[in-house]
Amino acid sequence: MKNRKLLLLGDEALALGALDAGLSGVYAYPGTPSTEITEYIQSHPGARERGVHSHWSSNEKTAMEEALGMSFCGKRAMVCMKHVGMNVCADAFVNSAMTGVNGGLIVVAADDPSMHSSQNEQDSRFYSQFAFIPALEPSGQQEAYEMAAYALEFSERVQLPVMMRMVTRLCHSRAVVEQGDERPENTLSYPEKTRQWVLMPGNSRVRYREVLQLWESLKEESEKSPYNKYIAGTDRSVGIVASGIAFNYLMENFPDGCPYNVVKISQYPLPEKMLQRLADESDRLLVIEDGQPFIEEKLRGVLPGAKKISGRLDGALPRTGELTPDAVAAAIGLKEAEHEKRCEMVVPRPPALCQGCGHRDVFHALNDVLAGYKDAKVFGDIGCYTLGWLSPFNAIDTVVDMGASITMAKGAADAGQHPAVAVIGDSTFTHSGMTGLLDAINENSPITVIISDNLTTGMTGGQDSQGTGKLEDICLGLGVDPAHVRTIDSLPKNHDAMMALFKEEIDYPGLSVIVSRRECIQTARRHNSAKK
Amino acid sequence: MKTDIILAGVGGQGILSIASILGVAALEQNLYLKQAEVHGMSQRGGDVQSNLRLSSSPVHSDLIPLGKADMVVSLEPMEALRYVEYLNPQSGWIVTSTAPFVNIPNYPEQAAIDAALASRERVVAFDMEAAAREIASPRSSNMVLLGACSPLLDIDPSKLEDGIRAIFARKGEKIVEANIAAFRLGREKAIEMRSGK
Repeated sequence: MKNRKLLLLGDEALALGALDAGLSGVYAYPGTPSTEITEYIQSHPGARERGVHSHWSSNEKTAMEEALGMSFCGKRAMVCMKHVGMNVCADAFVNSAMTGVNGGLIVVAADDPSMHSSQNEQDSRFYSQFAFIPALEPSGQQEAYEMAAYALEFSERVQLPVMMRMVTRLCHSRAVVEQGDERPENTLSYPEKTRQWVLMPGNSRVRYREVLQLWESLKEESEKSPYNKYIAGTDRSVGIVASGIAFNYLMENFPDGCPYNVVKISQYPLPEKMLQRLADESDRLLVIEDGQPFIEEKLRGVLPGAKKISGRLDGALPRTGELTPDAVAAAIGLKEAEHEKRCEMVVPRPPALCQGCGHRDVFHALNDVLAGYKDAKVFGDIGCYTLGWLSPFNAIDTVVDMGASITMAKGAADAGQHPAVAVIGDSTFTHSGMTGLLDAINENSPITVIISDNLTTGMTGGQDSQGTGKLEDICLGLGVDPAHVRTIDSLPKNHDAMMALFKEEIDYPGLSVIVSRRECIQTARRHNSAKK
Repeated sequence: MKTDIILAGVGGQGILSIASILGVAALEQNLYLKQAEVHGMSQRGGDVQSNLRLSSSPVHSDLIPLGKADMVVSLEPMEALRYVEYLNPQSGWIVTSTAPFVNIPNYPEQAAIDAALASRERVVAFDMEAAAREIASPRSSNMVLLGACSPLLDIDPSKLEDGIRAIFARKGEKIVEANIAAFRLGREKAIEMRSGK
């Protein structure tokens, strides 16, 4: 097994690194660009043999808490999510610094600069700072592999979770990774310090002081980290701070070595002494980081300092979007390489719902019904069916976050809106729709909830959906009037029947749930070819 | 040795299989590589691209800088033209199928696309779907494309065929052979076209 070379995505490298470091369980809800971490572990023969837990969780909060429970029992755990998943698990995440850990715990936050497949560009490093949880930011696939073991050991040594901040470009890029040694899993054991696991105010006040002290010691750890480096140059005109994959874009522009002083950052909290030295030894500073200007803002502070600092905030680099080697070249002042102009006849090709997708039938029927009402509003949600906003459907008025369709429809109905229709997918419903539905049930809100059930988590590539086969029972169990839990197959031949059903329930002055169902065309194809 | 390739197409056409095969072959030859791809939204009939960088020395950036790509390899002609600003203006090649994939209302006139391709100095363009249909099924047009760009690569074609075998092995010998035949046809056609110029 030793020194085996493998071609792996950044996500897969991290997954394998954790497995080789004795991981006992991964917990996650699918989310681009983090999904492949869990999928890799699910399909890894060694992980199956060992019985490493890898079943999908209902959402990021349940995943985070399950991982923390495993860590409480002394075993090594990892929880993975896309950046906005951090918002969902924030309660558990922030408090996991207060409880601390027993077995090593990695929290993977996969950020999506440029919003390739996301609704915002939030930078998870702010969460790390906010919660006083150390963060690692790998610059490449090999580093992602190695950092997994480092993170788990570090987590056990400092008794805190460790955030692994990834970005799309690393998650979804392959490179050759050299596999290292394997380590056995931990055995069951319990925390030595028990009080901090019960976050009652008296315990928390004591623990909070410890957490703040720990944070100071983590700064020292960052000074010594093998992943933070001071690379002295020969030209002191500018000192460059490059974090994570930004370091690669810098090096891309200097194939024969960078002449400037560089600090490579891959471990947080920031190594303040290392940065002070860079400032002392350079005339001005340039900060290159993928995501939001987290480091740059810290270096600048509020009051003007002695050094000129450039980065995303002064326009040296674009304020938004992921970095590119070209943007970094421009920030360093290198001449732009000669290249052709963009070809003007090329037009955008936006994604669309697949032909044969049941969401299409839902939007066709819904549009035809709502044409008969004045000012109908449709509250959408996160998933493939978000594409219902695009033409030819133009069927959705809002898309905000996982589960917001039902609750926003309820709030709109509270304001007097009718019709107020929520369209939500099956997986999003069990992720964050169920609790909102209970609010609507308790007030018999006059809204129509359409669960467009495709029996999978489609947007992220067809992972198991936690509510499959249970949706009607969940709605009935929560307390929806059985007369208004309706089911229909989303099929073109059912267009008129779907219209009639939608209309009937929209006209009912109370809460109704319509489960409109048809298997995702992509997973159906896979299931059919597997049967052959 | 250093080859930077932009692979392009429409979601579902199979460009990522090309990337996988090149990856297997590169690993076999002890080359360094980075291959960035886009998942998620783009799979739903949107444009898809992958940056593939092969080199005998370590590769830093996952993304290819402007004006540095050695080739744009595409299964769709408009998608090929989407990335011309990344091509090396002195030496970059376009290798593309000419079969348009029209799933948007404002797709440009095909004559304009053909003219834009024909006016270029270094281009290998033919209908790869038709070529694939000749010998196998239109679904192996991605292997015709891999064959068509293979003469421009510093990788032994037999290594690429090994890669095809590795990727398609679990689908059965018939599928493997069809894909290898498609690869060889693409390679022959490209060599013919380049010597014809």
